[in-house]
Amino acid sequence: MSDKDSQITDGKKRYSAGVLRYKQMGYWDPDYQPKETDLIAMFRMTPQEGVDSEECAAAVAGESSTATWTVVWTDRLTACDLYRAKAYRVDAVPNTGPGTKTEQQYFAYIAYDIDLFEGGSIANLTASIIGNVFGFKAVKALRLEDMRIPVAYLKTFQGPATGVVVERERLDKFGRPLLGATTKPKLGLSGRNYGRVVYEGLKGGLDFMKDDENINSQPFMHWRDRFLYCMEAVNKASAATGEVKGHYLNVTAGTMEEMYARAEFAKSLGSVIIMIDLVIGYTAIQSMALWARKNDMILHLHRAGNSTYSRQKNHGMNFRVICKWMRMAGVDHIHAGTVVGKLEGDPMMIRGFYDTLLDTHTPMQLEKGLFFEQDWASLNKVMPVASGGIHAGQMHQLLTYLGDDVVLQFGGGTIGHPMGIQAGATANRVALEAMVLARNEGRDIWNEGPQILQDAAKWCSPLKAAIDTWGDISFNYESTDTADFAVTPTASN
Amino acid sequence: MMTNHGNRLTQGQFSYLPDLTDKQISAQIEYALSKNWALGVEYTDDPHPRNTYWEMYGNPMFDLKDASAILTEVNACRKTFPNHYIRVTAFDATQGVESVQMSYIVNRPKKEPGFGLTRQEIGGRQIQYTVHSYATDKPEGERY
Repeated sequence: MSDKDSQITDGKKRYSAGVLRYKQMGYWDPDYQPKETDLIAMFRMTPQEGVDSEECAAAVAGESSTATWTVVWTDRLTACDLYRAKAYRVDAVPNTGPGTKTEQQYFAYIAYDIDLFEGGSIANLTASIIGNVFGFKAVKALRLEDMRIPVAYLKTFQGPATGVVVERERLDKFGRPLLGATTKPKLGLSGRNYGRVVYEGLKGGLDFMKDDENINSQPFMHWRDRFLYCMEAVNKASAATGEVKGHYLNVTAGTMEEMYARAEFAKSLGSVIIMIDLVIGYTAIQSMALWARKNDMILHLHRAGNSTYSRQKNHGMNFRVICKWMRMAGVDHIHAGTVVGKLEGDPMMIRGFYDTLLDTHTPMQLEKGLFFEQDWASLNKVMPVASGGIHAGQMHQLLTYLGDDVVLQFGGGTIGHPMGIQAGATANRVALEAMVLARNEGRDIWNEGPQILQDAAKWCSPLKAAIDTWGDISFNYESTDTADFAVTPTASN
Repeated sequence: MMTNHGNRLTQGQFSYLPDLTDKQISAQIEYALSKNWALGVEYTDDPHPRNTYWEMYGNPMFDLKDASAILTEVNACRKTFPNHYIRVTAFDATQGVESVQMSYIVNRPKKEPGFGLTRQEIGGRQIQYTVHSYATDKPEGERY
């Protein structure tokens, strides 16, 4: 190892004014053993031409922790060895570099001491980890792929206000995915007409109806009108079926004061659930989670905006990291992909998101994009929501891929039903219950699924109409966010 | 009479399907046993959606691992309360769950009168809603 590649340990040399390489400053330490209390971040880096991968990793470690572009003597007033993040491992990303279609990329593992972060603050955590470093010139592109959050840090967060277990207890709904639908058209309905869609969907058999992310308080429907009509619909449907029903009332607004006011109104009307959008920001989300815990409210999060930074594979951040942060921030629901619907999603990647939201302890599984083992420190579980271009004819695939702890949201697949909204809802509920029953009986629903649906359609005309209308609709596009590692079969002993 | 799909109370995980046969109930019991969940039988004549505590027909059967024996308990409850709602509930004691994993209705009254909605008009345009079960207008034990 040449001098320019190793940490300068002589204090006088290290802190003489001027510019050093990040490796010389001590941000690269291949021998470092991460402590149990360290946060570990794993980045996908595309270095600029001529920047070697270890120096690039050191630069990322430096710029996301204590470094600035030049040496400062004031470091010597601090326990700087502790606060310096340490890049300790760099791996070439499979299928990148010469001979492939993709520029050479590297996975860089960087460890951060827990004292670099304020407890209970996603804003503080992210200001370091995805702060200035993403615009840093030495990297052409940078993507935060995964993080290992230490138990000690997790314990400083409230976590989901309600969690999957208590949500099910409050709703009295067990043993099957929950069913929902987003009211359509998403914009333009008056409060009275909007509530009609909610009532029909819930009476027909859905558990939840939902506001869309951009339904707030517009000229065609102000928020109080929407809340009043929706709650009339929810209560009427509850009386018509004998079930607990809900409508995600979107309280997203321009200020915290206004969001609190809307949330209080939702509570006064007896709603079991409210909704916010990811675009309100991490701090606002944490505040609403505290409010939700205090007021026995389920908190639904729509991930509006995430694809601007999570979809492209070379830059931004992976959605699994958003899942981790949102579990810490304290939401109860988050949209996390459908696999088979109209929105982006590779099956294994989506399973990785679901595991991140639902496991009490997640093992490292590279094929799912989970680079770290993660102990969730008894934080509640977040209910994943599958929404976007799904219909009853895919029920066997949805149940196989997504399991029981999920809200399946059929918007168009309910409201666009040829026999009406109630029939659309009934078709979805019958398809779901028939599929769960068959799976529990030990049937191979992946292969027998279409037949199971056909058999149920014999006595359920709404299901028959749904299958006749949408049976062949699928969205087969290649995913952009895919695993870098495949499962390699090995012989068992 | 209820006017929803099936004209019936739709609590539980299989209420949109035709009434389960004994064979189908057994298969679901087998599924729960394969997961190491304990089964319980509960009954009520007050099916309000927020009536959490149905009467227990004995404690959950933690030590009974035989589906046919559990079905016998289910049928004994049906025989004793032929005109009540009866549900089978599966309890999971795993850390991180420690709650119900399955719940499905296996018996219901011949006539299900359903629920009314009481509206109390309060300030502004607000209405306080109360769901009321018609059956509970009659005393306990005389409702169906």
